[in-house]
Amino acid sequence: MTSATSADAASETQVAKLTADGEKLFAANCASCHGLQAQGTEDAPTLIGVGAASVDFQVGTGRMPMAAQGPQAEKKPVQFTDEQIAALAAWVASLGPGPSIPEAQYLEGDDLATGAELFRINCAMCHNVAGAGGALTEGKFAPALAGVEAKHIYEAMITGPQNMPVFNDANISPEDKANIISYLKYVEESGSPGGLDLGNLGPVSEGLFVWIFALGAIVAITIWLTAKSN
Amino acid sequence: MTGTDGAEPGTAVETHAPKPVSVGVAVISDDAVENPGFPPYRPRVSDLDPAKERQNERRIFWLFLASMVGSVLAVVAYIVFPIHEGDMGSVRLNNLFLGLGFALGLLGIGFGAVHWAKSLMHGHEEVEQRHLTRGKPETVARAGEIFTIANEESGFTRRKLIRNSLIGALALAPLSALVIFRDFAPADNPVTLLKHTLWEEGVRLARDPSGAPIKASDVTLGSVFHVIPENLHESSHPLEEKAKAAVLLMRLLPEDLNVSEGREDWNFRGIVAYSKICTHVGCPVALYEQQTHHLLCPCHQSQFDITREAAVIFGPAKRPLPQLPITVDEEGYLVARSDFHEPVGPSFWERSL
Repeated sequence: MTSATSADAASETQVAKLTADGEKLFAANCASCHGLQAQGTEDAPTLIGVGAASVDFQVGTGRMPMAAQGPQAEKKPVQFTDEQIAALAAWVASLGPGPSIPEAQYLEGDDLATGAELFRINCAMCHNVAGAGGALTEGKFAPALAGVEAKHIYEAMITGPQNMPVFNDANISPEDKANIISYLKYVEESGSPGGLDLGNLGPVSEGLFVWIFALGAIVAITIWLTAKSN
Repeated sequence: MTGTDGAEPGTAVETHAPKPVSVGVAVISDDAVENPGFPPYRPRVSDLDPAKERQNERRIFWLFLASMVGSVLAVVAYIVFPIHEGDMGSVRLNNLFLGLGFALGLLGIGFGAVHWAKSLMHGHEEVEQRHLTRGKPETVARAGEIFTIANEESGFTRRKLIRNSLIGALALAPLSALVIFRDFAPADNPVTLLKHTLWEEGVRLARDPSGAPIKASDVTLGSVFHVIPENLHESSHPLEEKAKAAVLLMRLLPEDLNVSEGREDWNFRGIVAYSKICTHVGCPVALYEQQTHHLLCPCHQSQFDITREAAVIFGPAKRPLPQLPITVDEEGYLVARSDFHEPVGPSFWERSL
């Protein structure tokens, strides 16, 4: 009993230290926009209740801190170490209840067909059926999903970063989120057996290719056929 | 047959000399631009230089040889890269090398033949006059004779009864084919079908594709649910019904919604349901931006503002998306209050709105 209590006490001390570190990091790096108590300002939303998942996604993909105000925060090199991100997440999570960082068991599913169907219904209209991303309005866009870490995909679904809607556990269960992630990884790994995928963008890039190269070749052959030999 | 003599109609002859025009009559010649004829023959390098001629000959040989190699390659590729069931990579290799072989085999022949014709074959240009399309008088007379004999032998004009009944039978035969086209249209009045969906009072809103009903408490702020009527899977034509009844469910802050008169009880505490079928040409409108509350149609970029009852703010759509009036039942599940109050989707001829 004694040892268990002391272990609990030790982990509690660790969490308290992490949270304290997070508060300092937040004050130094985030508070100018989000406010000292993360209450939000005119420039940035409140972070009370967004949970550790939101911090892990936004900071862990380099979206936060933002380089400049724009249509949306874009992915860029990560500015903090994993420990610093964990500290920030711990402090923001201590402000109010919110989604936490997913456990490893929810990052890999075994029902790819269900994952694919759910992806087509809920995600494909913005992110493209092959996860290649797509344009939204006024400079905003849904990013491509290839190369995104499984936990970041999960966190994006549960927190709805920026203009992405929230897909809470009542809408898509954690197991189904794992299935979606596994489907995306499967698509990423299986490559393109049909040949060049041209960005998987559908009729736009394929049409452009045909117009330029196929019609170009036909025009060139026609000119050669009708030209007189010198 | 060249020149200005009175050529018979239907003969295509070249008219080089201008037609004689009587003095004082304002007639514009129908061949206003004089035919300049062919430019003088310009000898090709292969006509002048025997070395070039041999070079071209070798090139044509190489093209034909490449064709042979391509054809052999296609056969070899078929054997070397067989298709294994379930392995898309093997299909890819098989298609790629078989296609390359075919392409080389056919293009080699084609390019070689054209190059031969252009560089080595006799290069003078010539005009061949077309012959008369009308036959000789004897042929015409003989054809008429055959018709007359055939008519006499068959009795086509003499036996009026069977001739007329044959004409009647031929006229009626296509009519029997026409009736099968009726089955292309729905058996019921399509206008009624277009104006109604599966939604009616008390039908629960369910998740697509599982059909699990949705509680109002499940729909958190910023959420979007893709919704079907709970009774969709019991319908005899689920896909057709889904194409009309698909709904997008979103939750906004109640104060962000601008609710017009008569629609006060169509949303439930900021939860709103709108038809997912674009009013332009019927694409699924499902790109929802949870911060701007704009809904974007991926086909033609129509944009709808959910805070203003899906008013069109950009693009070719002309009408807002129809709103589905919703409430909750005693167990807390979201249910429809009624069907849509207007037909969903694009315009059709009989649409009165």
